[in-house]
Amino acid sequence: MQIVDRRLNPKSKSLGNRQRFLRRAKAEIREAVKDAIKNRKVSEADGGEKVTIRSKNLREPSFGLGRGIGNRDFVLPGNEQYRVGDAIPKPPGGGGGGGKGRDGSPDGEGQDEFSFVLSRDEFLDLFFDDLKLPNLVKVKLKDLKVSKPARAGFSADGSPARLNHVRTMRNSLGRRIALRRPTEAEIKALEVALAAAEAEAPRNEIAIAELARQLEHKRRMRKTIAFIDPLDLRYNRFERVPKPTTQAVMFCLMDASASMTESLKDLAKRFFMLLHLFLTRHYREVHIVFIRHTSTAVTVDEETFFRGTETGGTVISSALEEMLRVVRASYSPADWNIYAAQASDGDNFHDDMPRCMELLTKDILPICQYFAYIETAHGERYSDTLETQVWSGYSELEDANAANFAMRRVTSPEDIFPVFRDLFSANGVGT
Amino acid sequence: MTITATTPSESAVKLPPRMAPLNPLFDGAEWDFALINRVYDVMGEIALGEMGLDIYPNQIEVITAEQMLDAYSSIGMPLMYRHWSFGKRFAYDEAAYRKGHRSLAFEIVINSNPCINYIMEENSMTMQALVIAHAAYGHNHFFKNNNQFQQWTQADHIIDYLSFAKTYVADCEDRFGQEAVELTLDAAHALMNQGVSRNLKLRSRNPAKREHQREMARREYEEQTYDVLSRTLPEINRGEPVTASLLAQSNASAAEQRKLGLPEENILYFLEKYAPKLADWQRELLRIVRSLSQYFYPQRQTKLMNEGCATFVHYEIMNRLYERGQLTDGTMLEFLHSHSSVVFQPSFNDRRYSGMNPYALGFAMMRDIQRICLEPSDEDRAWFPDFAGNNDPFGTLRDAWANYRDESFVHQFLSPKVMRDFHLFALRDEAKDPAVRITAIHDEQGYRDVRRRLARSYDVGTQDADLQVTDADLSGSRRLVVTHTVRNGIILDKVECERTLQHLARLWGYRVRLIEVDGESGRVLKEHEVLPMP
Repeated sequence: MQIVDRRLNPKSKSLGNRQRFLRRAKAEIREAVKDAIKNRKVSEADGGEKVTIRSKNLREPSFGLGRGIGNRDFVLPGNEQYRVGDAIPKPPGGGGGGGKGRDGSPDGEGQDEFSFVLSRDEFLDLFFDDLKLPNLVKVKLKDLKVSKPARAGFSADGSPARLNHVRTMRNSLGRRIALRRPTEAEIKALEVALAAAEAEAPRNEIAIAELARQLEHKRRMRKTIAFIDPLDLRYNRFERVPKPTTQAVMFCLMDASASMTESLKDLAKRFFMLLHLFLTRHYREVHIVFIRHTSTAVTVDEETFFRGTETGGTVISSALEEMLRVVRASYSPADWNIYAAQASDGDNFHDDMPRCMELLTKDILPICQYFAYIETAHGERYSDTLETQVWSGYSELEDANAANFAMRRVTSPEDIFPVFRDLFSANGVGT
Repeated sequence: MTITATTPSESAVKLPPRMAPLNPLFDGAEWDFALINRVYDVMGEIALGEMGLDIYPNQIEVITAEQMLDAYSSIGMPLMYRHWSFGKRFAYDEAAYRKGHRSLAFEIVINSNPCINYIMEENSMTMQALVIAHAAYGHNHFFKNNNQFQQWTQADHIIDYLSFAKTYVADCEDRFGQEAVELTLDAAHALMNQGVSRNLKLRSRNPAKREHQREMARREYEEQTYDVLSRTLPEINRGEPVTASLLAQSNASAAEQRKLGLPEENILYFLEKYAPKLADWQRELLRIVRSLSQYFYPQRQTKLMNEGCATFVHYEIMNRLYERGQLTDGTMLEFLHSHSSVVFQPSFNDRRYSGMNPYALGFAMMRDIQRICLEPSDEDRAWFPDFAGNNDPFGTLRDAWANYRDESFVHQFLSPKVMRDFHLFALRDEAKDPAVRITAIHDEQGYRDVRRRLARSYDVGTQDADLQVTDADLSGSRRLVVTHTVRNGIILDKVECERTLQHLARLWGYRVRLIEVDGESGRVLKEHEVLPMP
């Protein structure tokens, strides 16, 4: 006899089979993935997903005998009351003519629909299938001083926030045992004994004195030996590990004037979310800058960006200027891949358009990898003939800068994914 | 008459008496390779010495749970060609396993020489011992000695053949593309149950190496005679030689049918030999699927006996070890717990019921044979005069294990006592009758009837549809005719049938007609006809 240890054999022997299976059901899985993303929150956008599919491509038919027809004989165990000649009425609906013995085989019809879990990578692969980032020119490894803290054992000093309780208490306990620090119970016991001795009718002074001395000694011990001594303290230690990064910065520009309703903002948010997810697939590090504007523009955090409302006019160029300012201050185009997505309902001060066009053509588009403009609107407001100010202005840009400028209209949440795919589809971009 | 319902496994556990002082082989759940070796050897004394088993050399492979799932998905074989359906099965099994709907098997054993046993690292030592007794001795003996396996499978070559199949399929994928290979394999899988020659002895005696050489020679010849000019000729030329020669002779129909070997029940074999449009590599793929189908055929026929044999052997070995003082009480209780859940047979009206448990019935029957050999009652003497009280239980069982399959085994050996213990009763379900009728129960009048019907249900021939290629018109329309001989009015499931026919038509390349004919009256019940989709 021979024993072979196969535990260390390469795992996922069936990876090839799984890939073939996923390819086979790709269309259906992609639908399921699309549905799944609709119901997700931003924070959950990135993760594995359980999908349920029903695919005709996954059928494995075979010549099987029909059910509920013809005559059958069979034998069952567990007879309790039946005698020869008894009749058991069949369940209504002719459910398989008592065919309990032929419960769904794993290859039967029952398996046409089934659920399974896609890993995070499989999920995102399918989600962004045949999408690609336009103009991946600056994907260079930068020796930027980016570092990441990593656990590196324990140290005897550090900030209170990093105190390691388990280690500290372990040391404390050990020290207390070693130095024989009296416990509360011991002292209590002595106190009781002392009280009892003092209460005795013929007072045994020697015993009392001895007990009192012991008690005094223990109390002193307890005071001298601290419960937790600075010696015991242990802190989690972190070391900063430098990490080379390819990096991108993503600018989210949005009109925050009153004409942007919550639902329009929600559309924009979904789009930004997808873009962020997509960028994190390609870059180790993705910074996001949120800029919102009315007649003036400010850089804000995500919360304010999506939640807050302001009143005021709409001057898009203010946002573009703000973006340029941030780029100059923090994101040198030489080192960063710059992406920008702008969402608006298409309103702008009429006089502002020429300024916008100038900023975009001269300053922004040359440094951007990609600039996407999303016009959100309620479905009914739109017809193709009625163009908003921004739309008609940007149309010229699109013609002139097909490589890194694109614009689309979105009217409902269902549009988001198709539009996104459209913008980043492998052949739609950069050709 | 009153009948009380207690399944055999629900009775209280009582440890058997010990014959020797306690000197356990192991204690606790931990195991290591040396310990497994020692336990294996001690078990060998009982299995080979006392029970007289005869086994292939064993190879025990320790694997992880994930690897076990892997093995599941490739129908339990250590090597398998790549196909999406195995990925589907894996996803399905994995989901069920993760949700806790299903636990993993403790072992998988392969009918090969040497006999490969997979055991899981998560098992406790008691489970490892149980698994070794069950698979390495029980199943192994059955594989080596049962005549079905001897007749249908070649344990010496299966691993080599699988390795050939795997590389061949991978090679085809490289040369012709995954999609094309998949189309052929899908179609072949659909017809897998029709890939067995039950009557003829078709098995090839070629080991895998020769298969490979044959294929290499064929391809070499193709490459040597490769002619760039002839590629510009219409594609039809490729399949033509077979058809042309057939065409020439197919005028005299009856004679021709005989020449084609019609009627032919092995549809895959027929397609491999005569389908006009298939390329050589496609024929080879059909051959691979057909060979696998053939390899698994005995397992389908002997599920009850195979599991019964393995369960009987592990029970016997573990009990003997305990008697000899080599197992602790704790180990024995852990073993009995696993054992009794394996041989649990829920009643038909129990939520857990999902058909006859082959472990339960097989084990009960074999234990009963042992009892009849040693302590027969008058009833047993009347029913089994040829072995009742012969005091040679292992000899009797070895003979049964060697010479029977499920159907004949039940027919010969199911005793009234087992029928009573299981409370077996027979029913008849007629389509036009609104109720199911009880036709026999476990009483004096019913024993033989119940036994006959139960045996019949283990006949693979009655589980599969009886399909045969009955006509192949190679001169004119090139239509293929398949006949389903209908038993008891049970025709094919319509939806499944049409889908499968589509696959068949793809392989045949032309129109395929399926006729369902009633076996008794000869009346045509239904006809299907499909054209291959482009």
